[in-house]
Amino acid sequence: MAETMIEVKNLKKYFKTRRGMLQAVDDVSFSVEKGKTLGLVGESGCGKSTTGRVILRLIEPTAGKIIFNGRDITGISKRELRELRKEMQIIFQDPYSSLDPRMTVNQIISEPIELNNLIKDKREMERRVLELMETVGLAERLINTYPHELDGGRRQRVGIARALALNPKFIVCDEPVSALDVSIQAQILNLLGKLKKQFGLTYLFITHDLAVVNHFADEIAVMYLGKIVEKAEAEELFVNPLHPYTKALISAIPIPDVSSRNKKRIILKGEVTSPINMPDQCRFAKRCMYVDSKCWESGPELREITKGHFVACHYV
Amino acid sequence: MNGKDISDLVLKIENLVVHYETEDGTVEAVNGIDLQLERKRVLGLVGETGAGKTTTALAILNLIPDPPGVIKSGKIIVNGKDILKQDIKELEKIRGKEVSMIFQDPMTSLNPVFTIGEQITETIMLHEEVSKREAHRRAREILELVGIPQDRADEYPHQFSGGMKQRALIAIALACRPKLLIADEPTTALDVTIQAQVLEVMSALKEKYETSMIMITHDLGIVAETCDMVAVMYAGKIVEQGTLEDVFNKTKHPYTEGLFNSIPKINDRKAELIPIPGLMPDPTNLPKGCAFAPRCSYVMTECHERPVELKRISDTHIVACHAYNKPDFHIRRRAGER
Repeated sequence: MAETMIEVKNLKKYFKTRRGMLQAVDDVSFSVEKGKTLGLVGESGCGKSTTGRVILRLIEPTAGKIIFNGRDITGISKRELRELRKEMQIIFQDPYSSLDPRMTVNQIISEPIELNNLIKDKREMERRVLELMETVGLAERLINTYPHELDGGRRQRVGIARALALNPKFIVCDEPVSALDVSIQAQILNLLGKLKKQFGLTYLFITHDLAVVNHFADEIAVMYLGKIVEKAEAEELFVNPLHPYTKALISAIPIPDVSSRNKKRIILKGEVTSPINMPDQCRFAKRCMYVDSKCWESGPELREITKGHFVACHYV
Repeated sequence: MNGKDISDLVLKIENLVVHYETEDGTVEAVNGIDLQLERKRVLGLVGETGAGKTTTALAILNLIPDPPGVIKSGKIIVNGKDILKQDIKELEKIRGKEVSMIFQDPMTSLNPVFTIGEQITETIMLHEEVSKREAHRRAREILELVGIPQDRADEYPHQFSGGMKQRALIAIALACRPKLLIADEPTTALDVTIQAQVLEVMSALKEKYETSMIMITHDLGIVAETCDMVAVMYAGKIVEQGTLEDVFNKTKHPYTEGLFNSIPKINDRKAELIPIPGLMPDPTNLPKGCAFAPRCSYVMTECHERPVELKRISDTHIVACHAYNKPDFHIRRRAGER
């Protein structure tokens, strides 16, 4: 049996707001095998980024368990956490605001190494930085430039080099290509794919872009208002989506092909609301075209329908 | 497209050149483009950040910020009117009545201190001789058309979600039934299910009012879904132009090919992405020859030396690429390969 890199069990993250308890992540469970990529998809406000941050304990979970490499890290101390962060890293969406504008590329990439006292010799450090830059495809001459001198694609490469600096095993990629143009997006996706093979990385790939996640992930979990509504192998999910929300999402993707122009689309009514003080009901009920009284009475559990294909819907 | 009677054309752009003259140098944003749009047609203006799409759109409304923007040359005819020769009074009549624009970011395009209803009413009263009461009635009617309940006309923008704000902007843009609607990345800031709603509303209203449209987008999926004609821009020039069928199924320009090869294919998840190497050229320092030459996999010496002219492939299809001087040249992307 394949080894599990990361597992979350009944993870919850609630935020207190003036209007009540915002259930950003509500009872989410999944695991990612070593060397695999789990894609976490959903629209803005569905809790996908919060999930990624809670897993790294950048924010503290309200309840639930996070098991990293066989070890429960939910309650470990700050000091232990610092050790652990060498193994788990994050790449952010916006390469414009996630890099310190007053640091050079050299400083940005070497900072995590310095903080962990891994390399003390200056020359050795420079060698390591150049090695990382080469790994992510940054030209040597850029070593002393500042982020504002770089375009979005190069900035994202700097962010990736920094994330790789401590040889992590697991990386949360939070919308890593959403801010980039398509021709640059393809460069970065290919780079992430190459690094995964080269270093045996495990990814949690968070995105709103279904075409990207379909291309990149091995398995996909679809989130809606803080809950996972469907989870399956990527191929299976796209060929055989079962949850009404997943069906609508896939149907809404504009396909760059003349022949699919007049394809009948599922147009959802309404909009995503905030999961504040949610009663026990299906969270998609308000927008669902198959809604029934049962959906308002209780929230459906995530059930395994066929092997590896999980759906949370009363009527599947 | 050739030899069409001018009265069939809603828009005709000839040799438009727009520069931004800044302290750091001259940004050559739009470098000689020609465009025509017939009635009731939808033209997709495609390209990546910095291609000059938005500058082109702003020029059509004569809204290029000046300074630093300078329209160096060119002629823009909207509905028979020469836009660049109108005075400010005339332009105010044209904007919103003949041409309207929807911007990318619905969050910043509405005035926060007026209700949605007031903002639509204002547009109608600016352009038509109607009473406030009548304008208000029509404002509510058009809100309903874009899928917003009439009683929400008295709410302020902050009470609307992103999708509803964008629909309210569509309502404002179409309130006076303009002949031409320019939509600049109208759904980029929206989630995919909301995008589907907004695109549906736009195409329904366009049909109803017989509006011609320019859809500015970087998303080839949206182009396939909404457009009849396509113009691909790169570094301020149109590099390929034709019908949807021409550009998507008989792709000619290496840059267009590169765009298609860069996007993940939803029906073939294993297909390898082939990125375009390198970056967009610096618009203050464009290459002497073809601007795409430094990134092009078919590049020849003359590409670096001579600017490219547009070559006509068929009645509807034109391409700007030196390689087509060789009669047997073709790109690798096969027709229908996606």
